Parts: sequence; structure tokens; C-alpha cells
Amino acid sequence: MRRRALAGGGSHGKVIDLEQAVSLVPDGATLLFGGFGSLGTPPLLVEGLLRAGVRDLTLIGNDAGYPSHGVGRLIAAGRVARAVVSHIGSNPVAIEQMNAGSLAVEFVPQGTLAERIRAGGAGLGGVLVDVGLGTEVQEGKRLVEVDGRPWLLEPAIRAPLALVLADVADEYGNLVYRGTSRNFNPLVAMAADVVIAETRTLLPAGSLDPDAVHTPGAFVDYLLPGSPRPIRVPVPKT
Amino acid sequence: MDARELIARRAALLLEPGETVALGIGLPTLVGNHIDPALKVVLFAEDGVAGIGPRPAPGEEDADLINAGGEPISRTAETATFDSAVAFALVRGGRLDSAVLGTMQVSEAGDIASWKTPGGHSPGMGGGMELAAKARRVVVLTRMATRSGEPKLVPRCSMPLTAPRAADVIVTEMGLFRVTAAGLALRERAEAVSVEDIRAATPCRLTVEAPVAVMEHAIAAAEREA
Repeated sequence: MRRRALAGGGSHGKVIDLEQAVSLVPDGATLLFGGFGSLGTPPLLVEGLLRAGVRDLTLIGNDAGYPSHGVGRLIAAGRVARAVVSHIGSNPVAIEQMNAGSLAVEFVPQGTLAERIRAGGAGLGGVLVDVGLGTEVQEGKRLVEVDGRPWLLEPAIRAPLALVLADVADEYGNLVYRGTSRNFNPLVAMAADVVIAETRTLLPAGSLDPDAVHTPGAFVDYLLPGSPRPIRVPVPKT
Repeated sequence: MDARELIARRAALLLEPGETVALGIGLPTLVGNHIDPALKVVLFAEDGVAGIGPRPAPGEEDADLINAGGEPISRTAETATFDSAVAFALVRGGRLDSAVLGTMQVSEAGDIASWKTPGGHSPGMGGGMELAAKARRVVVLTRMATRSGEPKLVPRCSMPLTAPRAADVIVTEMGLFRVTAAGLALRERAEAVSVEDIRAATPCRLTVEAPVAVMEHAIAAAEREA
């Protein structure tokens, strides 16, 4: 059995509280996170990291959220040193910090980012991608030829920690996502050494239809129950 | 009909029955208002949904159901939601029939530059590179010129590329162009402009095959049919 740093509650010892969850994240940590424009980013974990003052974070996920929602709150509070994302357009504070040089940003095409994380979770070394050929995304990357066609070698991504948001979890850690809040969550849930899943609903083990499970509990180390129902983030007019 | 509506309505007529289609943010989103429901076009968004219905009435929104621009969406009979790896498998794997995209520049070779100014900071490419490079057909919607009067249809893009040789069709407020091996081919013009007006606004290799149809006529004919 996998050894876990914290002894949690529930039938499988995985249920922890917010304080315990935050204690797993040191200053300088590299975090994979679920979410797309903040939908699917675990709001309690973000709030907990803010309150605990954790800083110098490296974030890897789709985007920079909004200054008021998602990982964008951590960026707006100056807690993030580096972000590996596909865009930051919804977060003007992130753009300011990038332009001022206080936030290092590495842009990765969204599908390539998803697949690099999936590869990390699947125990692969990387993926071969032709998106970005003939653009500046190609710069500095190794080309690999397969059957006479060139591909970019895109290395896999893993991280020590992943923050996940589920709609429903059972106490073993089987997860079900809802709607478009799924996005990067099932990918980051496979690609970290320690996976913390915040969930809106927590059920006893055995409650979920096995065919409906999106992320098997074997990937999940800790469960944080009590995530609030989602709220709609008003999209600023561009 | 104002320029945006003309472009969106003409672009909507390019879509074929049963197609899976991605609409970019901004002007391309308006195309969704003009697609004939009888075509059963299925709209896709890269945040992980295919089968996008109209924006729900206020109070009817499901906070877990948004498009890639963060706008609330409704379900249709076809709706499926999936993760981001599946979303881009659909795009790269050849199952996205059309992408309708805005741009900063598009070249006579179909090169698209839409994510970054030269030497400048960029908010990032998001999923734009995959959509431009991998949709089976790419329809670019754009004004002929920027607000400061710089042409957006150009011989060669001066801005960093999103995808080389990606655009198939370009729809602007002045005309509809196909991208060919010999540069842009003008197929339709807006009623209010002449072919010479379009030549003057297009510093590209441009071929004109008579007769050049009128965009508004194509829209009116489709409306009569519907």
C-alpha cells in the first residue's frame, strides 16, 4: 500500500481538512491544477493557500484564471513565481506581472499542454506533436522524423502535487466530474506524486457506479470535502 | 446589414450538414446565431464540450457548462462533455470539420497570425494553434484593415504565426476569398463595393474569376430556401 504523509479520516484514511491539505504545500512548490478560466479549479484549496501565505509557487495548468477566481487569486496576491499555461488573457494582473518581469510565464499550446500532462501521468517520456511546426513554438525543440514526417518532441510533465476539483467522490477517492469543469482535472489527477481532490459531494465507498467513475481512486491520495457549488464568473467584455 | 453581421451571416452559409464546428471568440461567435438548425451542425468548444446550445436565459444557467470564452451555454440533443485531452484528440485527430476563427493577419498563402505581436507580450495562444492547424477547413473572419488602417490581408505575415498555410476561406466586409496556390481568389463581393475597391484594399496576389457573386444575394437566396 502507498504510504501517505498524513493519516486522514474516512473508510480509506484519505479524508483530510483544509489545514492538513495546505500543510502538504510548501513555499516554492510546483503544483498542477485543474480548471479552465477558473471553472474546475478547487476554490477551498486556493483559499487555504492564500490564507496560509504560501509563496513562490510554480503553477502548471490551462490558464491564469481571473484575479478574483481560481488560481488567478494566488497570482493577484503575488504568490506565484512561474506559470506554465496556454494563456493568461482572462487575468489582467497576470499580464501586468508578466510585463513587469515578476511572473515568469511559459506558454504551451493548449492541446500540447494537455497531452504532455497526460503523458506524465501515463509514465511516458513525452509526445510527438506537429502543432507548432513552422511557428516560434518550434524554437529550441528537438525534431523527430517518423515515416518521413517531422514532429516536435514535447516532454512529459509531472509535478510533486496536483490540485483537483471533483463534483462527487467516494471515500476511496473514485472521482466524478461535472460538465465543462472536467477539463484538465482527470489529466492532472494522474500526473502528480501527491494528488489532493477537493469534492463538492463525498459519499461512502461503494456508492458510485464503477462505469461512471472518471478518475479511479488509485490515483487519489487525499480528499477534501465541502467544496461549494460553482458560481458563474461574469466574463468581462473584451 | 452592418459589416459584422454581413461577415457572420455569409460565413454561416459555408457550413455543411452534420459538421462539427469550432467558433473562435469575438466575431466568429456571432456565426452561431445564423446557422440553420436543419443542418444539425454540432458546435464544439475546446474546454471540453460538443453540442453547444444557445445562451440560456438569465437564471437558467448551469455554472458547470461554459464555452471556451467562459460564456454560459445550454445543452442540445447531441451534447457530450469530456476532458481537455479528448477535446484536442478530436481536433488533432481530424474530427473537427470546420474552425471559424478571427485573426490579426492572414497571408495570401493562408498563414494565420493571431496570437502575438512581433517582439511584444502576448496573452498566449490558448488552443488557437490546434484549431488553426488541424481543423479540416479553416474559415477566417476579419475586417480588411485594422482600426489604424493597416491591411490585414497581406502577402506575408509580419506577426508571429499561429499556423502556416492554414486558412482555406477568408470572409471580410468587402468580399469572400478562397486561398489557392496562386494567392487569394475573389469569389464574392459585398454589394456596396466594386472589384476595383477590393483590389485597392488587398495588397496580395489576387485572382478574380468572373462572374463575382454578391454576398448579400447568397444570404438572401439561402433565406428564401430555408
